[in-house]
Amino acid sequence: MELYESLKALVTAGEPVTIWQRLYVYIYQAFIYKDRWKQYLNGVQTTLYVTAIALLIGIVLGLIVATVRTAHDQQRPGHKNFFLGVINFIFNIYVTVIRGTPMMVQLMIMGFVIFASSKDFALVGALTLGINSGAYTSEIIRGGLMSVDAGQMEAGRSLGLGYTDTMRFIIVPQAVKAILPALGNEFIVLLKDTSLISVIGGKELIYAARGVISRTYEAMFPFLGAAAIYLVLVMLFTWLLGIFERRLRASDRR
Amino acid sequence: MIVVKNLCKKFGELTVLNNVSEHIHPGECVVIIGASGSGKSTFLRCLNLLEEPTSGEILFDGVSITDPKTDINKMRQKMGMVFQHFNLFPNMTILKNLTLAPVRTGLMNKEEAEKKALELLTRVGLQDKANAYPAQLSGGQKQRVAIVRALCMQPEVLLFDEPTSALDPEMVGEVLDVMKTLARTGMTMVVVTHEMGFAREVASRVIFLDDGVIAEQGTPAEIFGAPKSERLRSFLSKVL
Repeated sequence: MELYESLKALVTAGEPVTIWQRLYVYIYQAFIYKDRWKQYLNGVQTTLYVTAIALLIGIVLGLIVATVRTAHDQQRPGHKNFFLGVINFIFNIYVTVIRGTPMMVQLMIMGFVIFASSKDFALVGALTLGINSGAYTSEIIRGGLMSVDAGQMEAGRSLGLGYTDTMRFIIVPQAVKAILPALGNEFIVLLKDTSLISVIGGKELIYAARGVISRTYEAMFPFLGAAAIYLVLVMLFTWLLGIFERRLRASDRR
Repeated sequence: MIVVKNLCKKFGELTVLNNVSEHIHPGECVVIIGASGSGKSTFLRCLNLLEEPTSGEILFDGVSITDPKTDINKMRQKMGMVFQHFNLFPNMTILKNLTLAPVRTGLMNKEEAEKKALELLTRVGLQDKANAYPAQLSGGQKQRVAIVRALCMQPEVLLFDEPTSALDPEMVGEVLDVMKTLARTGMTMVVVTHEMGFAREVASRVIFLDDGVIAEQGTPAEIFGAPKSERLRSFLSKVL
């Protein structure tokens, strides 16, 4: 503390200091001075909280959209269900709009227009990210379902099983293997995209880093620190997903 | 048993089946032959509505299966199908492959279905494979399991879509043997195949499809012994 104070005074005054002394000052003021590491920790908490909520919303939305769109596409010609057609049309617009506009713009519209009066920025951010992720997740799930050989559906149906039963017992279990790696990827993208919610005031990791910068006027170490934290989080989750995937494959002797 | 009336099937501009009418009687083993692209497989797949006919009517036991109000799942439970590429479910054991449909459709309970499955597996000599996965079986074994899977639903008719075309030559025999045994027990069968030996030996009737129409039909002796049309003669000269 005293060492920092004296070195800080030297740096501020423009006195000649060694590079190590300068580094010490920068790192100290970025992370340790006034317990600033707690700000990053709070930021990480929000980041994880937003990721978790967005992931949940994304998967639920993705499942619903993928189910409807797949079911709609696989109807027998001449037996189209009107109700399903309408929902499918709406979901198509949803996927097109969400995938066709930048996440940043979506966040700003949600944060500054639709929920302009809300003060819970993190939750608005999580909702936006979840809706965004849902569009991508639905395509991942739909792709997985379509990757299963068409002969499997034919075999199931030729035995007299209904569409739902064939999906449930035959198609979905096989599609899961194609879906999981891509879903893990989407999860990692989502985790990193939470950094965007700082533009609408969400107090996540980047928000914390910028808070420190506004005090110290030194940007390098807070941002490097934030980058390192994201990297560690992503590596951690990649490792966990790897274990999960291997577990799944172990139960599926082929 | 199956009555086909004026069946047409078009894929876009391409007419695959052109006004086909046919009658399949109980206990018959009808073998459909013809060059590739003549509509054999499409005809077979229309019989259980895996392919939606463009026009025409198909009656099964007097019920129109082309009628949108008919519960097609109920009808398919009575018509088994064996595919060229077996289409076993790779995520399940053989036993589960065999019992899934009978149990889920309420035809049998689990114990009955397993008993029936093991009994049928024994008949094709694969009882020791009950707990194996499809990937652990050879092509011939897979196809025998696929036949047993269809039989587990106790169907009234079995449809075979080129059941031996994806097999190594040395495995064709074991599958044909199972089919011959089935035909002898009086099972109604419709078989699309390139195995002329099987057609000659087992078929009660042979249909020659050419360009989406039934060009000629008759007993194996008539078709192979005294082909009337030039198209059939040239087809047979290529395959025999």
